Amino acid sequence: MNDMTPTREQRTAALEGMGCKRKRVEDIRFTQGKGNYVDDVKLPGMLHGDFVRSPHAHARVKAIKTEEALKVPGVLAVITAETLKTVNLAWMPTLAGDVQMVLADGKVLFQNQEVAFVVATDRYAADDGINKVEVEYEPLPPLVDPFKAMDHNAPVLREDLAGKTTGAHGPRKHHNHIFEWTVGDKDLTDAAFRRAEVTIKEMISYHRTHPSPLETCQCVCSFDKVKGELTIWGTFQAPHVIRTVVSLIAKLPEQKIHVIAPDIGGGFGNKVGAYPGYICAAVASIVTGKPVKWVEDRIENLTATSFARDYHMTTEIAATKEGKVTGLRVHVLADHGAFDACADPSKWPAGFFNIVTGSYDFPTAHLTVDGVYTNKAPGGVAYRCSFRVTEAAYCIERAMDILAQKLGMDPAELRLKNFIKPEQFPYHSALGWEYDSGDYHTAMRKMMETTDYAALRKEQADKRAAFKRGETREIMGLGVSFFTEIVGAGPSKNCDILGIAMFDSCEIRMHPTGAGIARMGTKSQGQGHETTWAQIIATEIGIPADNIMVEEGNTDTAPYGLGTYGSRSTPVAGAAIAMAARKIKAKAQMIAAYKLEVHEDDLEFDIDGFRVKGLPEKFMSMKDICWAAYNSVPPGMEPGLEAVSYYDPPNMTYPFGAYLCVMDIDVDTGVYKVRRFYALDDCGTRINPMIIEGQVHGGLTEAFAIAMGQEIRYDDTGNVVTGSFMDFFMPTMVETPHWETDFTVTPSPHHPIGAKGVGESPNVGGVPAFSNAVNDAFSFLGSTHIQMPHDFWRNWKAAKTLGAVA
Amino acid sequence: MIPGPFSYHRPATLAGAVKLLADLGDDARPLAGGHSLVPMMKLRLATPTHLVDLHGVADLKGISRDGDTIVIGAMTTQHELLTSGDIRQSLPILQEAAALIADPQVRYLGTIGGNVANGDPGNDMPALMIVLGANFRLSGPGGEREVAASEFYQGAYFTALEPGEILTSISIPVPPAGHGYAYEKLKRKVGDYATAAAAVVLTMAGGKVATCAIGLTNLHETPLLATDAANAAIGSNLDAATLKQAASAAEAIMAPAADARGPVEYRKHVGGIMVMRALQRAAGRAA
Ligand SMILES: Cc1cc2nc3c(=O)[nH]c(=O)nc-3n(C[C@H](O)[C@H](O)[C@H](O)COP(=O)(O)OP(=O)(O)OC[C@H]3O[C@@H](n4cnc5c(N)ncnc54)[C@H](O)[C@@H]3O)c2cc1C
Repeated sequence: MNDMTPTREQRTAALEGMGCKRKRVEDIRFTQGKGNYVDDVKLPGMLHGDFVRSPHAHARVKAIKTEEALKVPGVLAVITAETLKTVNLAWMPTLAGDVQMVLADGKVLFQNQEVAFVVATDRYAADDGINKVEVEYEPLPPLVDPFKAMDHNAPVLREDLAGKTTGAHGPRKHHNHIFEWTVGDKDLTDAAFRRAEVTIKEMISYHRTHPSPLETCQCVCSFDKVKGELTIWGTFQAPHVIRTVVSLIAKLPEQKIHVIAPDIGGGFGNKVGAYPGYICAAVASIVTGKPVKWVEDRIENLTATSFARDYHMTTEIAATKEGKVTGLRVHVLADHGAFDACADPSKWPAGFFNIVTGSYDFPTAHLTVDGVYTNKAPGGVAYRCSFRVTEAAYCIERAMDILAQKLGMDPAELRLKNFIKPEQFPYHSALGWEYDSGDYHTAMRKMMETTDYAALRKEQADKRAAFKRGETREIMGLGVSFFTEIVGAGPSKNCDILGIAMFDSCEIRMHPTGAGIARMGTKSQGQGHETTWAQIIATEIGIPADNIMVEEGNTDTAPYGLGTYGSRSTPVAGAAIAMAARKIKAKAQMIAAYKLEVHEDDLEFDIDGFRVKGLPEKFMSMKDICWAAYNSVPPGMEPGLEAVSYYDPPNMTYPFGAYLCVMDIDVDTGVYKVRRFYALDDCGTRINPMIIEGQVHGGLTEAFAIAMGQEIRYDDTGNVVTGSFMDFFMPTMVETPHWETDFTVTPSPHHPIGAKGVGESPNVGGVPAFSNAVNDAFSFLGSTHIQMPHDFWRNWKAAKTLGAVA
Repeated sequence: MIPGPFSYHRPATLAGAVKLLADLGDDARPLAGGHSLVPMMKLRLATPTHLVDLHGVADLKGISRDGDTIVIGAMTTQHELLTSGDIRQSLPILQEAAALIADPQVRYLGTIGGNVANGDPGNDMPALMIVLGANFRLSGPGGEREVAASEFYQGAYFTALEPGEILTSISIPVPPAGHGYAYEKLKRKVGDYATAAAAVVLTMAGGKVATCAIGLTNLHETPLLATDAANAAIGSNLDAATLKQAASAAEAIMAPAADARGPVEYRKHVGGIMVMRALQRAAGRAA
């Protein structure tokens, strides 16, 4: 070999494969304003639709008068429930097995509910038209408090369900009851509580909030009357599912529906479901024969399009005096709003909330979830969360702190004492999951050492003493959080959406010159799939990531997949990519053997090609193999180099992490300062450390927002009072703390590349870290639990209630 | 979030603007930076059918010094206040406050005239104007007149401006050299209006407060001059008891609305805290 021959390191680096901090290829267009979003879709003759929305939380709709609106120049049509009934679309099915009004049918059930859809030649005319639609309402008593939903005299919200004692998930106990979901062993758990030396009980609420992607939900629908085909450009996290749903409800053949999700400006669960805007735009296009665009504004997005959380979790832990947990009992009151439109796998009415035993070895547990209707917007989407895992992690992490406080133990020490041990994996949890792998003790100890946890506790003790002496008005809190996520929905044995198993897919086609295209069933909303998917292929088959183009979002060209949410892309689609790449590699090996005139078994893969074992100079690069695939394949072999994989994961993956938040709170104003935030994430094999870090930063920022102020709040009459970014807390870079990230690597044993998924971990683990920090700060003044969000005035209120301010 | 129809006018002179407003009548509104008016139009809370844009009127811009008075043209932006040497030297409190208004994008367009003429209790400049003893120059169909800032605010969005009148400039007497000042503003995040804010301008003599004026933002439907609180501070060395007394005197005149920033009780309490902190910081700065 001469000096010019690249070294093994250089050859590996040239691939920019797994483990490389490869720069995001999509950022070239995003940072230059050259992305192509739904609102960039402009078709000749395109019309614009917009909604008349209800000012009331609960009212009967007596009449809708559209004459004046139709006189507004540019207004072409006003669609109401009556119009939709002619095509049987006044109601639509939800992913949770309920039905939802597309447009108000006799009644409105939440403020800003869609009442009529005005179609006009431009957006201004549409809004002028909206202001001329006269709706006559007869207000009805609103039901805002979920704890009153099942009172015997509670108003009847869903008249369409009158007499239905069974819903999609079993019996209904009350006219406002949706389902009861029970998991675990009640008798064993009750017995554990009877025997317990120490118990705690607390009602822990995770308030209603919203994913609020910067790009709101939107679509352009274009119906071609001649071909009978409907094309929909939309902000869809799951384009294939949308196409199937549209086909089923609109009774159009699936091949005549083209769904295209172009660039998406953030999803966070907000863009999984189907919304009235999509149906109305499609119907409007069919009615008018013109393309119709619907783009919701910020207020509409925040107030009507899918909230998240709203779980009220009465939590009990049984333990020994030494702090060994012996039982967990949780009852959740789940506020679903007016329709059950949760975007969970169909058989899971409360998502994967039964991960609520967390990272701890609970011998027994029992969980009940009651879902109820209220006069609030529907939703319950997984906001940067794998189906209610965030709620579960918050519940158990808060409860463990409360137990530590009762036992007089350090919260980190209590966790270390109760962790599932490395040798217990695969671990079967009391509520039915099989945790794939983990090493919790190492992660926790690394967190404690890196942050010098012991010194921080000492500082806190000193500050508390100084506070009591009146020398400072600042209190200090340490928020420990150790979370276990459950992501990668999911194995077909327990996960489906409307009967479609939650596999995912990849199709790779290598071109003669050693370049290729990979098409996926997933859909990036900012996660950087175009970058990372190519890196997996690069390492697997030895072709530089730069030579692989990744394409997602077009249902005509992409293989069928269930989309991107719930941190499922890497665990499911990432596996499909590796499997498809391995099929390519297997065929490549046969071609190389033929060309190098040896038996296949005599070849070994070496970074970017195949080498004859023991004869290092006999080598054929993957690039050359690609060329050979198109001109000189072995006799009997089909030409070409192409593979498809549909991957049905054998299990979920279980990422975990150890977080610490150090916070100071000024009791006189309630103003807090996050002094330090340390996040250690273990997401198994790390594909692109830079993208992981970016995901962690983003997830922590959202967690910070949620814990410290971000909420969707209603007043007593059901008006939403947080309908804009003035009041809905969206932190800017000024408010956002500095993030310190760290990691350990415990690969998933069942995943082809050992990767577990990371997008949501920081939101799951972050919220309890912030909330525990606030609660820890106040605990020495005698409080056990302060509900989120912890914004300034509520912190002050807590200080005042505890006697720390006059 | 789409405004209703309106027509747009851009006069080149003050007289032209005044005439346009008179001719177009009640449905016309002056447009300055548009950062209060346009959001309200998008929500259709304001539905003017004519906007008279003041950006073409050169006379309304600029900062000048006239003896012991600083004169600021109504169309001077917050950004221009922040970069003006005259303001830095003579009215530093305006810079401290302007930097706490919204964000750079808003400050590039938002004007001092729009800020004080708007009448929103959340605007930061009005309380400062009262504390500094500013006078507003108004021009309308009936000619020109001056109104003291302290007489200008009548209620939320109600001011002494008559229909068709334009605020042309603001005159502010330069506070004595060596004065101390502070604007303490509690807000939830960048771009938020005050949960509570207090402006203090004072002078010290022999370690004691000699003169003092205190203004309050967003703690009432109009900006407030907290005279009793200032009187409590005068003559003291701002010991803990005096600070508390000043805070209670200020709280006594506050009547904020409850909103997502907090309940009334909280907003008054932190209003008092802002007064104490502003007094201390101002005193620390005074020569
Ligand atoms: C996100 C955001 C955050 C903000 N935060 C703050 C804040 O923290 N503190 C704060 O003080 N402000 C804040 N503002 C408001 C901002 O400062 C506005 O710019 C200011 O209130 C109005 O000034 P303008 O020049 O934009 O006036 P415009 O919006 O154009 O006008 C406001 C009103 O004043 C009238 N008007 C304007 N100029 C004149 C004149 N010369 N004569 C007579 N009438 C006139 C208009 O007709 C209109 O009624 C914020 C705005 C935004 C968008």
